[in-house]
Amino acid sequence: MNTSNISEIFFTECDELLQDMESKLLGWENADDKEELIDAVFRSVHTIKGSAGIFAYERIVAFTHVAESVLDDVREKKLQMTDSMIDLLLKSKDHIASLLLLVSGAEELDEHTLALAEENLLEALHELLGSESQQSSSAVVEADTGSVVFELQDEHDRVESNNWHISVKFGHDTFRNGMDPLSFLRYLKTMGDIVHVVTWYEDMPDAAEMDAESCYLSFAISYCTDVNKQQIEDVFLFVADDCELHIIPPRERIAVFLDFIEKVTDDSKKLGEILVECGTLTRAELHKVLSIQLRESGEDGSQRKIGEIVVDHSMVSPEVVQAAIAQQIKTKAEKSVQRGSVRVDAEKLDHLINLVGELVIAGSTVQTEARLFGVEKLIETSETLSRLIEDVRDSTLILRMVQIGDSFNRMTRVVRDVSAELGKNIELKISGADTELDKTIVEKISDPLLHLVRNALDHGIEKPDIRVASGKDAKGTLSLNAYHDSGSIVIEVADDGAGLRPELIRQKAISKGLISADQELSRSEIYKLIFEPGFSTAEKVSNISGRGVGMDVVRSNIEALRGSIELDSEEGEGTRISIRLPLTLAIIDGFMTGVGDACYVLPLNMVEECIELKTAEGEDGKKSYISLRGEILPLISLREQFGHADAENLRENVIVVRHGSQRAGFVVDRLIGEFQTVIKPLGAIFTRLSGISGSTILGSGEVALILDAPALIQQVINRDAAVSRRH
Amino acid sequence: MKKAKKDSKLNVVGELTIYTAADQKEKLVALVTNHPLSTLDLSGVTEVDGAGLQLLILSKLEAGRVGHQIEFINHSDAVIETIELCNLSGLFDDPVILSESAKARA
Repeated sequence: MNTSNISEIFFTECDELLQDMESKLLGWENADDKEELIDAVFRSVHTIKGSAGIFAYERIVAFTHVAESVLDDVREKKLQMTDSMIDLLLKSKDHIASLLLLVSGAEELDEHTLALAEENLLEALHELLGSESQQSSSAVVEADTGSVVFELQDEHDRVESNNWHISVKFGHDTFRNGMDPLSFLRYLKTMGDIVHVVTWYEDMPDAAEMDAESCYLSFAISYCTDVNKQQIEDVFLFVADDCELHIIPPRERIAVFLDFIEKVTDDSKKLGEILVECGTLTRAELHKVLSIQLRESGEDGSQRKIGEIVVDHSMVSPEVVQAAIAQQIKTKAEKSVQRGSVRVDAEKLDHLINLVGELVIAGSTVQTEARLFGVEKLIETSETLSRLIEDVRDSTLILRMVQIGDSFNRMTRVVRDVSAELGKNIELKISGADTELDKTIVEKISDPLLHLVRNALDHGIEKPDIRVASGKDAKGTLSLNAYHDSGSIVIEVADDGAGLRPELIRQKAISKGLISADQELSRSEIYKLIFEPGFSTAEKVSNISGRGVGMDVVRSNIEALRGSIELDSEEGEGTRISIRLPLTLAIIDGFMTGVGDACYVLPLNMVEECIELKTAEGEDGKKSYISLRGEILPLISLREQFGHADAENLRENVIVVRHGSQRAGFVVDRLIGEFQTVIKPLGAIFTRLSGISGSTILGSGEVALILDAPALIQQVINRDAAVSRRH
Repeated sequence: MKKAKKDSKLNVVGELTIYTAADQKEKLVALVTNHPLSTLDLSGVTEVDGAGLQLLILSKLEAGRVGHQIEFINHSDAVIETIELCNLSGLFDDPVILSESAKARA
C-alpha cells in the first residue's frame, strides 16, 4: 500500500466522519441520549485529529485539537451545550472540511478567507474554553500573526520518548563482506540525531581466539528522526542477512500506531499485516517472523502466535500488539453483527457493469444465432442463458444502487441554516429515504436538489407572521419524498408555502419576451415557463436563491440524466416539484424499432402500445397527429426526424410513448421487439445531437441509436404549440 | 608500524583498518602481553574502521585480562571521531590529548 492510497483512505474516512458529525449535531435537539451523541461527535473529531497527525497535517491537528477540547468539556459537563455552540461546531466542521480540501489539493481555496475564518472560529472556541476554566486550553492564539502556536499537553513527555531504539548486532563476516559497521552509524547521523550510543563488544573472545577480520561489534542506539521504521531498516539493507537488527519505535509513535490500528475494519487482515500497515513492523521483519513461526512450529502442527514472536524478538511493543489483537477481535465481532459491507472501488464496479453489458450483447447474439439455426435444444439453452444473464445484469446493477437518504439528510443542515438566516421556522420532513437509485444519479442529483430546496425555503415558505395572518401554522413544512414508479424513481420537493401565482408568472414571461401577451396557456404550461432560461419570479432577489439562474439549470441537469421535472402548485397552499429519473444509466430494457435500414431503441417502460398507422388517415402521408380513442395524439415521424429517404407504399406503425403525463406517437417502419440494451455513450462530437441519448450494439454487431424520448416528446409538443400560436 | 625492540611504546602510522588488522593485531597483542606498562601513540593514525576499533578495544581488554596496562596517547582526529561516534571514551579512559588540529576545530 503506498502513501497516496493511504491518504485517499484518510480523506474518505474524514469525509464520512464529518458527515456523521454533522448529522449528530443536527440531531442534538431531539436526541434522547445526549451523552452518547456528544461522545460520538467527540470521537469523530478525535479520530480526524489523530489521522491528520499521521500525515503531519499540522494545521488540521491544531484546529481539531481546540474543537476537541471544547467537546471534551461538554462531555465532562464543564460546558453546557447551547444552540449557538451547535452552530459554532457545525461551522468548525465546515472549516475542517475546507482544510481537508486544501491539503488534498482537490480545490483551490482562498487562503486569506480561510485564515480569517479559522481565526474567528478559534477565537469563539477559545472563548468557550476560557469561560469554563483557564487551564483547560493548551492552545494559544497569537493574535498578531494570526498563526496558531500549539503546545501539546504532553510536550515534555514527547521529548523523552521521541527516540527510536535501534539495536544492531553485526555478523562475524561483516568486514569480509566489505562492510564497516561504523559507516552505518555515520549514515544514520545524516538522517537524524544519534542521541546516545552504546557499543557492545562482549562477544569478542580472548586475544588468542580473536580473529582480527571478524566482526564482534554490536550497537544500541538511541535515535531521533522523522523517518519511518522502513527507512531506518533500509539503512541496514546491505547487511540485512548478516546482522540482528531490532528497531523499536519511540513511545510517541506507539500512540500513532494505536490510533491507526483502531481504524482497521477489515476483519480478514492478519495480525502481521495490520502491524506492517500501521508501520510498526517492516515487511522484512514480518517475513522473518513467519519463518520463525514455521521453524518453531511443533510436531503436532501447533504454532506459536505471531503476536508472541514479535514481542519476544522485540520487534513491536507489547502494547501495540495487544491493541492490534483487540481490534482484530472487535472488527470480527462487528462484522458478524452487521454482516458488514464491502467497500469496492467505483472503477472496478464500472468495469464489472461494462463486462455484464458485453455479456448481454454476446448473449443476444447467441440467441439470434440459435433462432437462425432452428435447433430446438439450442434455442432452449440460449433462452435459459439469457434469463441468467438478465438476473446477473439486475444483480449487478443493484450493486450500484444506493439509498437516497444521505442526499436528503444533507438538506437538514441547509434547512436549518437557511431558515435561521431568513428568520423562518421550517420543519423538514423526509420520507422514502430508503429508496434506492444509481450512485451516479445520486451524485448528480444533489446539486439540483439543493437548489430546489433553497428555492422552496426562500420563495415558497412565507415568514411566520404572514403564515399566521393567512391562517396557517407559523411553522412551515418542507417535505422530501422519494419512491419508485414504473422503472423510474420520483423525487418530490414539496412545501406548504404561498404557492405560485400563474398570473404573475405569465406577466413576467411576457415582460421577458418568452411568450406573447395574447397567448393562451394552460396552467401546467405556465408553470413550465419557470424552467425557461433567464426566468426568476422572485420580486426580491436574496442571496439564498433567485439570481435568475437556477431553474433552467436544474432542468438541464435533470434532463442530462434522462430525467424530467414537473411542477405543480396551488396558490396559497404550496408547491410540489417532482423529478422523475431513470433507475440506472447503464442498461435498460429496450424496445427496438426500424426505420429504413436503421434501428432505433426506445426505453421499454415508456412504450404504452403500438398501433398501425392507416394510410387512409393521412391526407398527404405526413400527419402531425391522430385521434387515439378520442384523444389527440401528436405524431413525430422518425423518418423525417432523422432524414431517412422516403420509402413508398410502406406500412407505418405508431408507437405510443408516455413520459410523465405527456404522450406522443413515434412513427416508424417496423416494430422489432424487446431488446436488452446496453447504453454506450455517444462521443463528444454528438453531444449537440438532439433526440438521441446514446447508442447500443446489437447481437449482429450493428449499431442502433437510443432515442431520447423525453426530448422528442418535448419537441413535438413545442412544434404543436408553435403551430397553434400561428393559427 | 614501527617498534623498537623491548620498547614499550608503539607508534601506529597509517590506517587502522580491516586491510591492516591481522598484522596489527599480532603486534598489539605482543605489546600488551610483553609489557606491564605500554604506550600506544595514535598520532599517525589516518583512518579507523570497525576492525581497527576492535583492535583498540581488544588491546585494552587483553591488557586488563593479563593485569597489564596500555595507554593511548596523541589521538589523531580520525581516532577521536571514531571514539566519539561509538561513545567509547569511557573504555579508553586515557585523557584524550587533543592534537593541534583538533584544538583548532574545537
